[in-house]
Amino acid sequence: MAKAGAVVSTKLVAQLRSGYHCNSDKPSDEYLIPLKLTWTAAPLEVGEIVYPQPQMEKYTFSEKPLSVYTGDFEIVTKFKVPASAPPGPAVLTGKLRYQACTDRMCLPPKTVDVSLPITVVK
Amino acid sequence: MSLLRSSAIVILGCAAFTGCSNSNVRAAVKPEKERKLAPDFSLKDSSGKTVKLSEYRGKVVLLNFWATWCGPCKIEIPWFIDFQQQYKDRDLVVLGISMDEDGWTSVKPYVEQKKINYRVAIGTEELSTLYGGVDALPTTFMIDRAGRIASTHLGLVSKSEYQTEIQDLLDGKELKRSGALSSGRLAFIQLPFIGAR
Repeated sequence: MAKAGAVVSTKLVAQLRSGYHCNSDKPSDEYLIPLKLTWTAAPLEVGEIVYPQPQMEKYTFSEKPLSVYTGDFEIVTKFKVPASAPPGPAVLTGKLRYQACTDRMCLPPKTVDVSLPITVVK
Repeated sequence: MSLLRSSAIVILGCAAFTGCSNSNVRAAVKPEKERKLAPDFSLKDSSGKTVKLSEYRGKVVLLNFWATWCGPCKIEIPWFIDFQQQYKDRDLVVLGISMDEDGWTSVKPYVEQKKINYRVAIGTEELSTLYGGVDALPTTFMIDRAGRIASTHLGLVSKSEYQTEIQDLLDGKELKRSGALSSGRLAFIQLPFIGAR
């Protein structure tokens, strides 16, 4: 439930399979595809998106450690609920783009849809 | 100001190998009678000239699918540069197919920076489908002089493995190998979003 005029924090939990990593939101190399979460936030307004602290991991194919996420990780988004937001149910929709690899091969970048039902209350 | 927390779970789908317990799929060079014809294609290289696979009939072709964002791919590229140089008078042709979504924008600077000495073209979904659906990179096909796929490599393999295969295909040797898996099927599974809680 989101109260009009308030700031709401949401937590998106992502789980990567064992053996895989994805680039962080700030990868080590310009060619690497960053993790990116975007929202179509109406009726709310997107405030801050907080990515977790990445790990620096060395792989067979990399000369230097890479900035990555592995396993389970959380991305926090702070939304502002405008005072004028109409009360009632709504769905926040977004997209999470990522690109995952093992230490020997990479999968193509992928974008998954995310959605979050909310209820705006006065 | 009140902070209300809610969360959503997203599972990032990743590939699962089926029929293979070793993530490094080691492909044997198939006996000649088991080799299938490599699908022909026609693409443009970085100079705008047409690259047509069938033009290389009679030569051994190392066909490498890669991308600039693929770390393991970039380990192999210097090897392929070496092979193209080493075997240039011996009928080996290396062809690079980039699967970069933004095409030449990323690929052309990379080709120039790394001084790639073999032809590179931008791949398409259609080409990927023709070659069985190229999901994982690097994926490399060794094509014999008759235009048939002699071996397939999913993921990073060793330079020596490629070298041995190139040598054997150039010499026309039919290999008898045992113990190596002939193929691994790679499926990209995107698990559904579970929901908000």
